Amino acid sequence: MKKILFIAVFITIGSGLFAQSGKYIKAMEANIAALDSSFKNPQDLLAVANSFERIADKEKNQWLPYYWAGYCQVIYCYMVTDKSGIDPLADKAEKLLNKADSLQPNNSEISCVLSMLATARMLVDPQTRYMQYGMQADNYLGKAILQNPENPRPYFLRGQGLRHTPEQFGGGCKTAMEQLKIAAEKYVSFKPASAIDPNWGEKQNQALINECNK
Amino acid sequence: MRFWLLIFFLVSPAFSWCQVRISGKVTDTRKNPLYGVSIAIKDSYDGTITDSAGNFSFSSSETGNQVLVASLQGYATFQKTISLSPPVQPLDILLKELITELKAVTITAGSFEASDTKRSAVLNSIDVATTAGANADIVGALKTLPGAQQVGESEGLFVRGGSAAESKIFMDGSLVNNFFYSSIPGIATRGRFNPFLFKGTVFSSGGYSAQYGQALSAALILESKDLPDQTEANLSVSVIGLGGGIQKLAKNKRASWGLTYNYTNLGLAFAVIKQKQDYFKKPEYHEADANFRIKTKTGGFVKYYGYLSWNRLGFRTADIDSFALKDVFKLENLNTFQNLTWKDKLGGGWRFQTGLSFSTNKDDIGNELNDEDGQKLIITNPIVYALKNFNVHNRDKYAQARAVVEKKLFALNKLRIGSEYLYSEETTNYVDFQGALFQQTVKDNFFAAFSESDLYITNNIAARVGVRAEHTAILDRWNLAPRVSVSYKLNNSGQFSFAWGIFYQNPERKYLPAAVPNLHFSKAIHYILQYQKMSPERVFRAEAFYKQYSDLYKTSPNLVTGQESVSNNNGYGYARGIEFFWRDKKSVKNLDYWISYSFLDTKRDYLNYPVEMQPNFAAKHTASLVLKKFVIKWKTGFNASYSFASGRPYFNIQYDPVADKYNLRDKGRTINYNALGFSMNYLPHLGKKNAKMFSVLVLTVNNVLGQKQVFGYNYASLNDHKVPITPTSKRFVFIGWFMNFGIDRTEDAINNNL
Repeated sequence: MKKILFIAVFITIGSGLFAQSGKYIKAMEANIAALDSSFKNPQDLLAVANSFERIADKEKNQWLPYYWAGYCQVIYCYMVTDKSGIDPLADKAEKLLNKADSLQPNNSEISCVLSMLATARMLVDPQTRYMQYGMQADNYLGKAILQNPENPRPYFLRGQGLRHTPEQFGGGCKTAMEQLKIAAEKYVSFKPASAIDPNWGEKQNQALINECNK
Repeated sequence: MRFWLLIFFLVSPAFSWCQVRISGKVTDTRKNPLYGVSIAIKDSYDGTITDSAGNFSFSSSETGNQVLVASLQGYATFQKTISLSPPVQPLDILLKELITELKAVTITAGSFEASDTKRSAVLNSIDVATTAGANADIVGALKTLPGAQQVGESEGLFVRGGSAAESKIFMDGSLVNNFFYSSIPGIATRGRFNPFLFKGTVFSSGGYSAQYGQALSAALILESKDLPDQTEANLSVSVIGLGGGIQKLAKNKRASWGLTYNYTNLGLAFAVIKQKQDYFKKPEYHEADANFRIKTKTGGFVKYYGYLSWNRLGFRTADIDSFALKDVFKLENLNTFQNLTWKDKLGGGWRFQTGLSFSTNKDDIGNELNDEDGQKLIITNPIVYALKNFNVHNRDKYAQARAVVEKKLFALNKLRIGSEYLYSEETTNYVDFQGALFQQTVKDNFFAAFSESDLYITNNIAARVGVRAEHTAILDRWNLAPRVSVSYKLNNSGQFSFAWGIFYQNPERKYLPAAVPNLHFSKAIHYILQYQKMSPERVFRAEAFYKQYSDLYKTSPNLVTGQESVSNNNGYGYARGIEFFWRDKKSVKNLDYWISYSFLDTKRDYLNYPVEMQPNFAAKHTASLVLKKFVIKWKTGFNASYSFASGRPYFNIQYDPVADKYNLRDKGRTINYNALGFSMNYLPHLGKKNAKMFSVLVLTVNNVLGQKQVFGYNYASLNDHKVPITPTSKRFVFIGWFMNFGIDRTEDAINNNL
């Protein structure tokens, strides 16, 4: 009887865990799939962000749900038209990303999103905030490259930033292209660790290259 | 066994087959629907967010009793255990708003904030440096804000009908006694300090906090910078001098030190730009400062700032009482200022801020009457000519200690208690034309204690209530000054503020005789009502005020030296007005502009005024337009400012020794004041990645159109002959090159952070 009980308990826990992780991957995959279409509508994006956050709060020691929730919140910052609303949203994104960072320290992907976050904060008032957040954004990208030289995203983000920086400030297509081309090469060989790991930006990178080639 | 199976089915989500629908609505306590509220079944993936009507609906595969969590930033999280057996009744959820810094109203009545970090700031340090016509002078930039007067004949901040002496300036909490260079007759001297020393500036044109005192009108509160971003060196070359400095940031980024030195000589500029005065000693300045800043383990700061300056000048002007004679004015000044502050956390919601400051000032002033050839002349009949020959040697010492503790109570509520002690010793040695020395020393032991609390009733209503008590040895009296300020935020990012307060001040040093019995504090009561609407790109502000002055000091002449000194507290007066401010960075691309307008109606009877009248430093209408445009293609910023002030009164007050009273012998009103300022900053290294040098070329022109400006009139001693007080030159042009050699340590920073 004891044996049976033991087996029963084992099966219960085991199958629970198995089901759990299957459910986790499935839920994550569903959210990532929903991301692309949600970029058109802030409310959809916020819904996906919250969904990632719920998964994160349930799993607690998975860094990816926090990463994706933070990523969504950062993108959401860029979609908000009322500039005075950006700082509170950025604070929220930062909290999520810090959690991701504590679970997965020194991660190049997290550094990329932290750089995007700094840029979002900078854009609230570029003239005053450039010194602080502009430099921070650039430092994070430098960090991301050091953390994983094969990650295409820091190069893409750097290229994207330069594309939108006036030529007089050292930006423009010419300087952007150097970065975008490196990114394009790295995207070809980049293999995400799993289906739910970050693997975004290739299309946008190509779009920027096409834009600059015009 | 069956029991275990049951458990097995219950805990294993793989075996959940029923889905239950959960719906409801989320509102705030005022029944307004809340959008974007996260709704979740605790420890599950199930949930959703509310739509713009506050509604939500989702299905869950969980069963039994579960905790439903509704959360939104800025609101208290709602939790409720619900039973997930269908059908689940729709839920009505009420979220209570938390009082948070991001949402709470800020108390703004009477003050303008210039800060690089705070969200409620109207200006930042770059704005101060690039305001055309201000010449990178803090007070010059503040003169484009409502409340401040365009006074060009003497230094200081003249605010809302108050004299310059009624505005006080504080650096990191410590009073700065000689913020401006020593007075020169007919010239408004600059402030001594570089605007880039400060990360925050609060210009309070009334109703200021109980933390500060001894200013009937206004307080200018400056907060010095924390650690620099990187180690860097600066060099500047301009038509008026040379300068250099270094800021060294420690490797661990927890401490820094810096040194700067500037040499200014106006000889070259004055050779090109003709001055009204005939300089025999061109203004020359040596200035050095040193600082260190240490960040403590608990996030506090120890900061030291030390300043040393020596300057001299000498000029001749036409004597007003004669046709061919000259008046000579010579000045040599040595000034030091040192301030050491420490602010830190104590734990348990306690913070403290302490400061020690010490400063000295030495002025050696010489006045002479010269003949056409520049030879000293002593004419004793009439005596007024002889009295133009004198020397004044001022020796002043000041020491100050200050401590403030702050306790954070629930939410954002705070209580501050503090105290300060000031010692001052001011000696004047007056040497008359016969060489007789009149020495006078005034010492004061000044003590103040205050208590102030910030009360947040909701995110929309906040109040600051404070009280200040002061004792001064000069008067040997106490005062008690209550201050209240309330702000109410409307839903559309607009807010109303109201401030009321009582302000006391000692007599000005220059009017202090040896001893006057029964003298007390001069007093002002402020009432301020403000409306402000603010977004990061636009600010609108309207403010109405009423100030009632009482116990202002009246003076009478000292029959030996002719010096005016305080005799009683019988003065009184009022000031009332309305002010508007509008700043817009949005409407025109790359153009930032602000407009300010002040209407001021004020009269007072003080000092030697024979009757209650509009003081000569108060204009009825003052307006400024400031434009800033950065042309990216040319890497150049263009700044312009236009200032207008309606004519100010001038008068000739003379003492009648027979009747022992002052008479108004003449009066009038100056022409309107108009000034167009222009400046240009060219940044050639902008955008050059990895450039080791960053530089700015600056060109500024004051009074571009050469408009005639009259600040007032000087009267002859013997008759009613008057001479206009005008700027020292029609216009002034400044060209400078400021270089910054950043010792770039980005790579280090990355490596250190990894």
